[in-house]
Amino acid sequence: MSATLEPTASILDLAPETAPDLPAWFAERQRAAWQRFLETPAPTRRDETWRFSNLKQLDFSSYLADVPVPEDTGSIIETSVGVESPAAKYIFVNETLIEIDSKLPENVICLPLAEALLLHPDLVEKTFMLQDTRLGSAKWAALHEARVSNGLFVHVPDGVEVEGTIEVFHWLAGDRAAIFPHTLIVTGAQSKVRVIDYFQSAESEQEGLCIAFNDLCAGPGSKLDYLAIQAFNEKTRVIQINETGVAKEASATGFILNTGAAWARNEAMSRLTGEGSRSDMLSVSVPAREQEFDQRTFQHHVSPGATSDLLYKNSLYDRARTIFSGLIFVDEGAHRTDAYQTCRNLFMSEDAEAHSMPGLEINADDVKCSHGSTSAQISEEEIFYLRARGIDPHRARQLIARGFSVEVIERLGDEKVEETVLRFLDDKFSRIAGGGA
Amino acid sequence: MSLVITDLHAQLEDGTEILKGVTLEIPAGEVHAIMGPNGSGKSTLSKVISGHEGYEVTAGSVTLDGEDILEMSIDERSRAGVFLAFQYPAEVPGVSNANFIRAALQARLPKGQELDAVAYYKSLYEKMDLLEMDRKFTARAVNEGFSGGEKKRNEILQMLMLEPKYCILDETDSGLDIDALKIVAKGVNAMRSTDRGMLLITHYQRLLDYIKPDVVHVMSAGRIVKTGGPELALELEEKGYDFLKELTVA
Repeated sequence: MSATLEPTASILDLAPETAPDLPAWFAERQRAAWQRFLETPAPTRRDETWRFSNLKQLDFSSYLADVPVPEDTGSIIETSVGVESPAAKYIFVNETLIEIDSKLPENVICLPLAEALLLHPDLVEKTFMLQDTRLGSAKWAALHEARVSNGLFVHVPDGVEVEGTIEVFHWLAGDRAAIFPHTLIVTGAQSKVRVIDYFQSAESEQEGLCIAFNDLCAGPGSKLDYLAIQAFNEKTRVIQINETGVAKEASATGFILNTGAAWARNEAMSRLTGEGSRSDMLSVSVPAREQEFDQRTFQHHVSPGATSDLLYKNSLYDRARTIFSGLIFVDEGAHRTDAYQTCRNLFMSEDAEAHSMPGLEINADDVKCSHGSTSAQISEEEIFYLRARGIDPHRARQLIARGFSVEVIERLGDEKVEETVLRFLDDKFSRIAGGGA
Repeated sequence: MSLVITDLHAQLEDGTEILKGVTLEIPAGEVHAIMGPNGSGKSTLSKVISGHEGYEVTAGSVTLDGEDILEMSIDERSRAGVFLAFQYPAEVPGVSNANFIRAALQARLPKGQELDAVAYYKSLYEKMDLLEMDRKFTARAVNEGFSGGEKKRNEILQMLMLEPKYCILDETDSGLDIDALKIVAKGVNAMRSTDRGMLLITHYQRLLDYIKPDVVHVMSAGRIVKTGGPELALELEEKGYDFLKELTVA
């Protein structure tokens, strides 16, 4: 929480300062995290979790702390459009809250993180960034923890079902601005909530960095749906880290759409800690031109009788590049596990490149596990069929690529939400059609 | 006004000649049937007319109301008015039937003009009712998980919606039970009109009990070997395709 720093300071050079009014434990956490960030070595080619990665993307020295919010945010507010009539809507620019609109019932705690730290410090402390980051970005998670100043905290009490969707818009504005948005969602027993994070850039040509973290804690029997729509400009770099814990009989869905960014790294970790829990891990990426999306996942079956189902789909245009590395890990004693992992790549260009590394480690009996990845060009037979109905080849390919992604989006199970995701997807396809990406 | 095929020769990529000089004229207002044994080139003819890239035309011409369509791309031919009802329609995952047909209609409109969505759905539902198709087929992915009969009905639905000038139905009767066949025939018969030509490709006479052709052609070894009235189909049914051998020799 450092409002008075020079805006020219690199995020890597200057130690962050926690705002004086925030709880002492949080200041201590930030201080320790900064130390950890400094001490943790940067990833190298030899690290399994960074295999095939473009490590050049990890030079963050040119990004600036505390880039001010533009004076006129009218157009940002106007273009913060998500689902029709959301339950609550928050708009942040460079981690500063500029707009809030909530119709949530009073018993649901839904606050900007900075405010939640003041009003509900104990609740935040119990859940904020408790797990080790295991998928490679420990250093960047530490940087996030040290520098985070805002985001959203949602706490749904036992038995409360939130109707509709809570939406959070995270905008990057100003050249070389960096943001560290945090989303922390805690659901009580038998409760229900859906949150969508939108990540966008105010300008199309400004470089930016976003190191985002989402902590999802699904309490017993609850239903927690989280969506991240990453539609930054193509000058932006992104690291997005997800931590999901699913308690007994609970169900968590994590979805990510990648259309924007020059480079995006997603790390998604689901821990199935309760019997009968379920985790759906879904992703749609449509990289074009020189875009690179690097995704690492972990399905950790701690308890018996749990289900995890991962489906990641990439449609690759031009010289785009994707990496998928996923592991299903079944602990000793996690019997009757059902775990599935599928990554599918659709090549829309001969110059695109996809790496898929599915993995499986099973230490229990009586489990159903499958993993696989496929890569294919678009089917000539399908193209011929569409063209034989008068649809031009470009449009035919686009329809098929869209259909390929729709199969994932349909699993979200809510028409309004699906429409919103499709709007961002179609926007991307129309930019591809227009020659841009 | 007619679809005219003149001395059409076509070969596979490996040089195997499949069509060895097909000549045929389908005037608007008439329904023609092509019958013939497996491997005679019937399906190839339909694919070559619609522009399938797996075949190379080495000689001959195909004109639609006087316009050379061999110079056109696959989608241009469709927009010009040729429709092929596929024997094995492709499945297109994630693309709903309604969006697919809508995209095909949209492709026929001038740039900048949007299809009237309300009128579109009204028309779609009318045609689905005629074909006794459940409304749920609008939201389902094109042909995905459809039974053989459902796929064929879906082909006819597209034909009804696109209102082509010339319809080619490739073995539309194969894999249909008698009830489905009657429904499909009802759809096809609803399309018969004085300004539309139709070509039915079939192995069996059965389809022609429900869709009465004006002219029947017999195809064998890449050529039309005999042309006659509807009675020719009955004759073939009775004598079997062996009787072609005499014709080919003659």
